[in-house]
Amino acid sequence: MNGDLVIDVRGITKRFSGRTVVNDIAMQVRRGEIYGFLGPNGSGKTTFLRMLCGLLRPDGGSGTCLGFDILTQSAEIKKHVGYMTQRFSFYEDLSLEENLDFVARVYGLPNRRAVVEKGLESLGMTARRKQLAGQLSGGWKQRLALAACMIHEPELLLLDEPTAGVDPKARRDFWEEIHRLAARGLTVLITTHYMDEAERCHSLAYIAYGNLLARGTVDEVIGSAGLTTWEVSGPGLPELAEKLRGLPGVEQVVAFGTTLHVSGRDAAQLKASLSPWMAGEHRWQQVESGLEHVFISLMETAKDNYG
Amino acid sequence: MLRHTFNFRRFWAIVVKEFIQMRRDRLTFGMMVGIPLLQLILFGFAINMNPKHLPTAVLSADNSVFARTLLWSLRNSDYFALVRVAESETEVRSLLKQGDVQFVLHVPEDFSRKLLRGERPSLLLEADASDPAATSYALSALDALVVNVFNRDLKGPLRRLRATPGPVELRIHRHYNPDIITQYNVVPGLLGVVLTMTMVIITALAITRERERGTMENLLSTPVRPGEVMIGKLIPYIMVGYVQVSLILLAAKFLFDVPMVGSVLLLYGVVLAFIGANLAMGITFSTLARNQLQAVQMAFFYFLPNILLSGFMFPFRGMPTWAQAIGEVLPLTHFLRIVRGILLKGNGPRDIAPELWPIALFMVIALSIGIKRYRQTLD
Ligand SMILES: Nc1ncnc2c1ncn2[C@@H]1O[C@H](COP(=O)(O)OP(=O)(O)OP(=O)(O)O)[C@@H](O)[C@H]1O
Ligand SMILES: [Mg+2]
Repeated sequence: MNGDLVIDVRGITKRFSGRTVVNDIAMQVRRGEIYGFLGPNGSGKTTFLRMLCGLLRPDGGSGTCLGFDILTQSAEIKKHVGYMTQRFSFYEDLSLEENLDFVARVYGLPNRRAVVEKGLESLGMTARRKQLAGQLSGGWKQRLALAACMIHEPELLLLDEPTAGVDPKARRDFWEEIHRLAARGLTVLITTHYMDEAERCHSLAYIAYGNLLARGTVDEVIGSAGLTTWEVSGPGLPELAEKLRGLPGVEQVVAFGTTLHVSGRDAAQLKASLSPWMAGEHRWQQVESGLEHVFISLMETAKDNYG
Repeated sequence: MLRHTFNFRRFWAIVVKEFIQMRRDRLTFGMMVGIPLLQLILFGFAINMNPKHLPTAVLSADNSVFARTLLWSLRNSDYFALVRVAESETEVRSLLKQGDVQFVLHVPEDFSRKLLRGERPSLLLEADASDPAATSYALSALDALVVNVFNRDLKGPLRRLRATPGPVELRIHRHYNPDIITQYNVVPGLLGVVLTMTMVIITALAITRERERGTMENLLSTPVRPGEVMIGKLIPYIMVGYVQVSLILLAAKFLFDVPMVGSVLLLYGVVLAFIGANLAMGITFSTLARNQLQAVQMAFFYFLPNILLSGFMFPFRGMPTWAQAIGEVLPLTHFLRIVRGILLKGNGPRDIAPELWPIALFMVIALSIGIKRYRQTLD
């Protein structure tokens, strides 16, 4: 048995009324790893997380989560997993303190008072403990949900877009906390649409239309995409962008501040298409492709293949 | 097996949460107290009200002075309104059938002769009792009227005829509805009706609300078990049920003078089973319904046969067999018998036992279906 794998599933498939939403996905996540789960809207991320913690029954596939069978032992899994839902799902008519207290009771924590107090402190909300959760701003709701799903010190965190709508400072604090906990052996599977957050993960998986398209470390994912990117600077970039779009080999033309990024998978064809402009007034420079280029490229390919 | 354990702490977590939520939801809480009061006032007072000027026909075969005084005083009474002096039995039949009159007073042929001989002739009052509330006072009203009339006419040597039990014998013949329902009957019945209505609706929303607000996803991802959620959600409403029971009993006693012959304590005990049965039904609807609207519709659908077939609205014995069979399944039917038995007849534990177990059985079955149907996934 591979005791080091906190999540070890394969062939996971889910259909909603005949439509395949998650298609034959395998995933291995090691203890202490921060695993980023990315993909466009509607690609099946939330559905996949729900299957891991027993909220949905997979139509196919098998595997274990924390060593428990995901098909038959979800009651055990639930005790050791902290799942943060994408949509706020705590009680809006309960105060902060009451929400945390409820969670602490449900998990049967022995030192409930202290735990709730600690949760409030970590939120910096000791003074506003009596405020109803429904009256919190969106970002604060996220932070409350995060604090609540960590209150029972789970071994595995499943976080569904935990930082959506959270300000940069709070996001940085959050990531620091996550890394600190991971160093102590907490495993985190996290979905996000932010590239900077993806880069903070140990490993990534990218899914589109229910299919897993890439996985590995950031460098591996970028490397395996085989994408070449040129950076252009100079005058009249918007006009230039219009001219470049649609040329053979040119897959993406994106404005990045005062520069333009042009990428494609076929390096030779890309170069051939761009060469007429390279002699002109613009400055051209080959740069490393970013995650965003890679993901958009993967998504477009997936659209051709599955969409 | 581990997955079937019932954990008291998790159960208590749900109870505490539900209490807080109930306290915050002032409107619902207000309605739970307001509905019983409103129903009591509507039903209780509407029935308590003395009807007046009920259309009455007279079929008189006697033309004596007594008969004419009787007619005259009918004309002048508050309760009866003499609208027709009928000519024949057939006319009387059709008047009653069409609902043109509520009562027909028959004065027999030899009325005055028998009266003078002291033979207590009978006066027959036929009543359309399909609206029982309207006719429940007919007899006493007629009695008062007759006594007045004859006290005036029986003077001098005839005075001796006034002696008890009165100069004439009054008989009433009720058509269409042999049972008489008075507020003594209705107010205790309301106890069951109010509990059925509010308890089922409120718990039918209990789980659908979690689904609609999205909190179900969170709840399901925690280790709570179906039984803990369901029973935990019921506890606060048992308390609400008892508040309602107390309100109605207080009103019954002080507003409507309903006699309380039996043990109120026993009633409080039995109420627990009845509240439990309704809550179990509601929470089971809650697991079947997809949204709150559906849940409310189900609750109303359940409420209808309860009102109609339990013996609250129509006398149970007057219903066809199939309706009685349905009625026997409903907890309200048995509860009505228990409440009326305890309050009006002074029944003890032994008397009500045959009505108690069907309620308990209903509760167990409803709750089992609910726990079975409680979806542990979002599928
Ligand atoms: N309960 C459901 N019934 C039917 N279809 C569903 C259900 N839940 C999700 N879907 C569909 O499954 C697909 C995947 O949805 P999912 O929520 O997993 O996407 P996602 O990757 O989390 O998207 P996002 O980034 O927008 O959160 C979507 O097309 C969605 O419409
Ligand atoms: Mg999602």
